[in-house]
Parts: sequence; structure tokens; C-alpha cells
Amino acid sequence: MSANIMSISGRRLLATLAVLEQRDGKLHEASLRTVTAAKNLGGSVHAFLAGSNVSAAAGDAAKVEGVEQVTVVENAAYEKALPENYAQLLAENVKQGGYTHIVAGHSSFGKNTLPRVAALLDSQQISDITSTENETTFVRPIYAGNAVLTVESSDRVKVITIRGTAFEAPTRGSKSAAVTSGLDPLAESPTEWVSEDLAKSDRPELAQANKVISGGRGLKSKEEFDRLMLPLADALGAAVGASRAAVDSGYADNALQVGQTGKVVAPQLYLAVGISGAIQHLAGMKDSKTIAAINKDADAPIFQVADVGLVGDLFEMVPKLTDKVKGS
Amino acid sequence: MSALRILVPVKRVIDYAVKPRVNKLGTAVETTGVKHSMNPFDELSVEESVQIREKKRAPAGVEDICAITAGPSKSADVLRTALAMGADRAIHVELPADEEMEPLAVAKMLREAVRRQKSNLVLVGKQSIDDDAAQTGPMLAALLGWPQATQASRIEFDKGGDVVTVTQEVDGGVATVKAKLPMVVTTDLRLNVPRYASLPNIMKAKRKPIEKVSLADWGLTNDKKLKVVKVAEPAPRKGGGKVEDVDGLVSKLKELGAL
Repeated sequence: MSANIMSISGRRLLATLAVLEQRDGKLHEASLRTVTAAKNLGGSVHAFLAGSNVSAAAGDAAKVEGVEQVTVVENAAYEKALPENYAQLLAENVKQGGYTHIVAGHSSFGKNTLPRVAALLDSQQISDITSTENETTFVRPIYAGNAVLTVESSDRVKVITIRGTAFEAPTRGSKSAAVTSGLDPLAESPTEWVSEDLAKSDRPELAQANKVISGGRGLKSKEEFDRLMLPLADALGAAVGASRAAVDSGYADNALQVGQTGKVVAPQLYLAVGISGAIQHLAGMKDSKTIAAINKDADAPIFQVADVGLVGDLFEMVPKLTDKVKGS
Repeated sequence: MSALRILVPVKRVIDYAVKPRVNKLGTAVETTGVKHSMNPFDELSVEESVQIREKKRAPAGVEDICAITAGPSKSADVLRTALAMGADRAIHVELPADEEMEPLAVAKMLREAVRRQKSNLVLVGKQSIDDDAAQTGPMLAALLGWPQATQASRIEFDKGGDVVTVTQEVDGGVATVKAKLPMVVTTDLRLNVPRYASLPNIMKAKRKPIEKVSLADWGLTNDKKLKVVKVAEPAPRKGGGKVEDVDGLVSKLKELGAL
């Protein structure tokens, strides 16, 4: 354990490892929000990156305000972030660096890998936090956002995943932090990466997007869903979501489902189109900053939570809205 | 090639259709007199186990499907449901009323169960809809030193041996990984459509064995590392009224800073 992290008395000073995600050498911007959460804790903040060609991404991360050091492990074995060796990698670096906190996004990566890190460190992870009260106390939604839990951890190392949309993206400054090589335990992964099929759209990821437009049963068919929703999403730069009814009826892919058993989102703008607003759907989007709704039923429950509601036929309103947004 | 011995952890939670209420003291969500059922993701695990057997998907067959839960006496309900859906037997790790376990403690309990049952595949829901932690599966895999595949939407067994190929739901699409048994797989919504237990199967399930144990029987304790400071209702939202037309919608959204 290095001297700058241990105080003379032996009491550990607060030091956080913020885990960044990358793909093909490019930083995953949303994962930088871990730096904001780490800064909120107080104490020093080191960022962590691993993969095949991560030096450019590391240089980029080094410019992020609040990052004091970027720890890099350059090894193709970590490129796909397979949890078996990646968790070992993180756990060893946490021990080596004497970190008191490790923070990652509650993304596919964070959900896959951080609990494995936590178990290796014998820590009880705190998932999907939306704020930090102090270095031991954290706030997180439970019951799909129907209750808010404040919890205090007694673990030596706090293992945390954050809800990205609850923390601001940090800015980049003019100074660059030091980039240093981390420890590579060279653990083998018993799991082999086979392939991936990622949506090739330029639209942002649903869980991370600043704007989400969601379609429901009111769209009536997959053809109409695609015809009306996709141009509006592109005009707004929004991700596309769907209600369970729309998914079950085959209008949209399962991966787009927003709600209690689908994805939970909290964008700046959530526009619900042809969605009545059942409890299960509200659970997945009611923390959105602004909620707008278009529905022909003036009594639809969605209007009870919408900041702005438009009662009307979506087949008429959505194209108008698309044109209007494009024009402005 | 070894026959599958599948362990299926299930959890009794407040039914997904019920809106949870925070208790008056602000210490927990009110559970008394509230409808409970099996965690939806666990229904997918049970269904998948039964389908692997019925459709003969594993080359060496399915030798055993064992459902397990940890919880107070009422938790036996979800075990009966799992048995009615097609599990062979069940283990009930009994906890005193109102006592809960954190995911790490559950993972340690499941590690012990895996050792005792000689399981070689654990199919566990990706998360429980009450705590929403999404931790137990990967924690268990870590404790066992086993490979893991989370958020599975497809599970396939190679003809030749013990290799399992899993398609995972990830942000932005799907990813496929493969590993050798033994392994831990967590289930996503897309994996299958759980069956309803038929009445004859519910009756049959009553004769299937449920082994009752305590944590102490297995040499375990319920260690808690987190202290609940408070549980609160989320800030209520109020509808902001309606606008007349698309122009009104756009200008209101601009005013709110959303556009």
C-alpha cells in the first residue's frame, strides 16, 4: 500500500477508483459519470481503464476534471471485459492501491463485473446509487423506484455502481493527470467471448440517453411504430423505448422495454407516445426530469405525472412534432 | 459429459403488480397483508430448467432440478410453485420472520447449497424486483470460481460435451459467450415465457419433497454489512397540465429546458 494513501496513524484515507469503460480504444462517455460520483465522496480520485489499445482513451480520461491519476492495464485479455478475469484485475488493483471505494456504472458491464469484484473483496455491493450522503452512506432506489433507500456500509472497501443519469458528466480541463500502469494479475478467463450484435444505429443507448421517446399500444403495429417513432427520435437525438404492451405485441424489440421488469431510465426528457401509464411503466421512467405525453385519452394516468400533456391523435401529432423539431 | 444438476434459487417478493408503500416509521416497505409471488426473473429460471429437460437440450440429460429459497415460513409458497412448474425437489433455508439476507450472504448460502447438491449449473434471476440489486449470480460465480453469463436470453448446450453458449442482453444489443460447466447463468425477460402450473401439477407438487434447513445447519450466519438508515417515498410528481397543440408542446418543453 503506497504511503500517500496511508496516513501515519494507519487510518486509511479516502481514495476512490472510478472504473471507466471503453470500446475499441474509445472512452465510453457515460462511464465518466463515475468520476463525478467519486468526487462527491471527497478524497482522491483515480480512473481505471483496461483493454487492447487504451493509451489514447487514457490520455483523454487524464484531462477530465477531478481525475488525479489514470491507471491503465493494456492487455487484449480485458478488451471484452469478461467478468472472470476483469473482476480479478479490479480486485487486485483495489488492494494494491489501497482504495477505500470503487465506483462503476450500473451498466451491463457494471452489473456483470462489480458484484464479482465485491465478492472477491468480501464486500456487500451497493447497486445503482443516485446520490452519496457521505463516504459511507448512499441513496438508491428499490422496488423499481417506488421507494428510496438510504443505506450505510460498514465494509472496508465500498463497492458501488451508480445510476449514470443521476450524476452530471464531468468536464475536461487543460491539465493532464498522470497515466500509470496498473497491476496485471494475468488471470485467465474460463469464459470465451464468441460474438456480439449491437444495434448499429446512431441513436444513444436507452439507459444512458438524455432524451427518450417511448411508444405504446397506441402505435397499433410495428410498421407504424417504426414509421412514426424513428424519425422523431432522430430529429430529437433521442433513444427509443417502448411499453411492455408494445413489446408483447411485437411492435418493438424486448431490449427497448421501459418499466419495472425492463429498463429503468431517467433522462432529461421522456416523451410517452400512446402509453396509458400503468404502474409498471411509470416505475421505469418517473425519475425523468421532464415527462411529456401524447395520448388521445384525456384521462390516461400518464397525464397525472406528465409535466406537459397533449391530448390528441398520435398519428397526426407525432409527424407534426417531428417536422417542428426538425425545423427549429 | 455429465448430466445436469440444476440449482434454481427463487425469491418470494411483493407481487410485481402491487404498488409498494413505505411503512409509517420509514424503515421498510410494508409487506404485511400484501400479495406476494415468485420474483418474475426466477420464474424464467424455473421455466428454463424444465424446458432444458423437456426439450432434451442438454446432451447428457437433466438429472435433477432443485429449487432453493431462503426466507420465513411463507417462502415455502414459491417453492411449491417451482415444484408445480416442474422442479423435482426443493430446499427451504428457513429464516426467522422479517429477517432478510443481503446478496453476499445469499451467495454464500448458495455456494454451500451447490457443494451439498453437487450442482453443475445454477440458473438464477438477473435481479429481484424488491431490492433490485442484481448481484447474487455474479457473486456466487466469484465465490465458486465458476464462469458466469448474466442476463441470458438464450442458452444452448454443445453436442460434444459440457460447453454452454449463452446469448446475453447487453446495453445496445446482444453478446454471446461460451464456457464449460459448471457455471452460473442469470436469466433475462427474453429467455422464455413461464408456464402456468396446472391444477394436477399443483396437486402433484404437494407430494414433492421440501427439505427444511437453517443457516446454522449449514454452518452459516446471516452477516449484515449494510444498515438501513431510512426508507422513504420517492418525491411525488404532479402533472403539469395540458397543452392545445404541437406548438404548445414544443414551447412548453423549451420553457422547461427539455428541448
